[in-house]
Amino acid sequence: MRSLIDIVDFSVEELDALIATACDIIDNPAKYSEKCKGKKLATLFFEPSTRTRLSFEAAMYELGGNVIGFSEAKSSSAAKGESVADTAKVISCYADIIAMRHPKEGAAYVAAKNATIPVINAGDGGHCHPTQTLADLLTIYREKGRFDNLTVGFCGDLKFGRTVHSLINALSRYTGIKIVLISPLELKLPSYVKKDVLEKNNITYVQTTDLEEVMPELDVLYMTRVQRERFFNEEDYLRLKDSYILEPSKLKNAKSDLCIMHPLPRVNEISVAIDDDPRACYFKQVLNGKYMRMALILKLLEEAAK
Amino acid sequence: MNIDSITNGVVIDHITAGKGMRLYELLGLDELDCSIAIIKNVTSNKMGKKDIIKIDADIPVNLDVIGYVDPDVTVNIIKNGKLVDKHTIEIPELLTNVIKCKNPRCITSCEQELDHVFKLTDKQNKIYRCLYCEAQAK
Repeated sequence: MRSLIDIVDFSVEELDALIATACDIIDNPAKYSEKCKGKKLATLFFEPSTRTRLSFEAAMYELGGNVIGFSEAKSSSAAKGESVADTAKVISCYADIIAMRHPKEGAAYVAAKNATIPVINAGDGGHCHPTQTLADLLTIYREKGRFDNLTVGFCGDLKFGRTVHSLINALSRYTGIKIVLISPLELKLPSYVKKDVLEKNNITYVQTTDLEEVMPELDVLYMTRVQRERFFNEEDYLRLKDSYILEPSKLKNAKSDLCIMHPLPRVNEISVAIDDDPRACYFKQVLNGKYMRMALILKLLEEAAK
Repeated sequence: MNIDSITNGVVIDHITAGKGMRLYELLGLDELDCSIAIIKNVTSNKMGKKDIIKIDADIPVNLDVIGYVDPDVTVNIIKNGKLVDKHTIEIPELLTNVIKCKNPRCITSCEQELDHVFKLTDKQNKIYRCLYCEAQAK
């Protein structure tokens, strides 16, 4: 049974096909409005995530399908001690496809191993969040028209930022990509990502702590939030949370067609004064996420039916 | 120093000096009732020094564990006082329930029934990563 746990589960060709489907959905929504009629998506959210869950639910409704599920662990059988494996087996009897978020890393893999229906990883702790990466890829494609020969800057928490790791993984499969890593020393990209992804794929990358210095060369700037929930120590969080705040003055040397992205929610790392700048793409990213989730649900249900 | 030869059992030879005890622990040999000899720092023409483990019982040994700890060892199976089989070891692609994932955020940290599975991701540097959370084995 085909599932999506990590973005690298899909080939570049499959990602390109998903993007093509998403673009077709954007252009011809009526064509897809009953594609999932009679199908049920189970949204199993063991930790709260309003936007991702609503994005999945909106995606399924726009495909003509239905949604069941829960939005926090305490309203599920997990509160009674049920394992992820058992939950996946049980939900397989009720639904046609699962979207699951869980605070523990690897939980979606366990669900996929035990479910008899496709499982979409909607975030497993700090590990993977592949549908955010799908949203990111569609945004880059629609804004830049390509993935090759782009300089992409990642700024903020590159250590715990799973969306950063996933997008770097996905982009590293294209040619001519240059990655610029901007973070405080304590939140640098883990060395295994540099070694296993960037160096393994011969991707040019630079590391810096100075956002303004590298701003002029960026085609895409991917901002991230320092996430309180990833820290065991509150003091470390408070010390690092305001490391980078993107304000209009910092964009004075940026390219006129820079694409500013953020997986959201933001706290204060992008000033609201930037929201009206045509280069701000983070709310388009949200919409693109819904279209990519629609394309993904269609693909996995079609493959499951074969 | 003399250790009697065994009639039926297993001799794990050419263990890198110092790794004998680790192998003893990971193979769970402390749970056996039979005689077991761990010989440390034996002079070896090939290795300089080596460790040897002799198990005086015809029991299966987990070759994956041995391959993980020290892939250069040889495993000799002795029956009726004669060498009947000799295994050379390869680094295993998967390790199941040999080591535990120490990442407190990993699903295996809270779901006790799950196997702890590690995958070889870098053969040259012998790096294993948890199949669930991808944390590196330590």
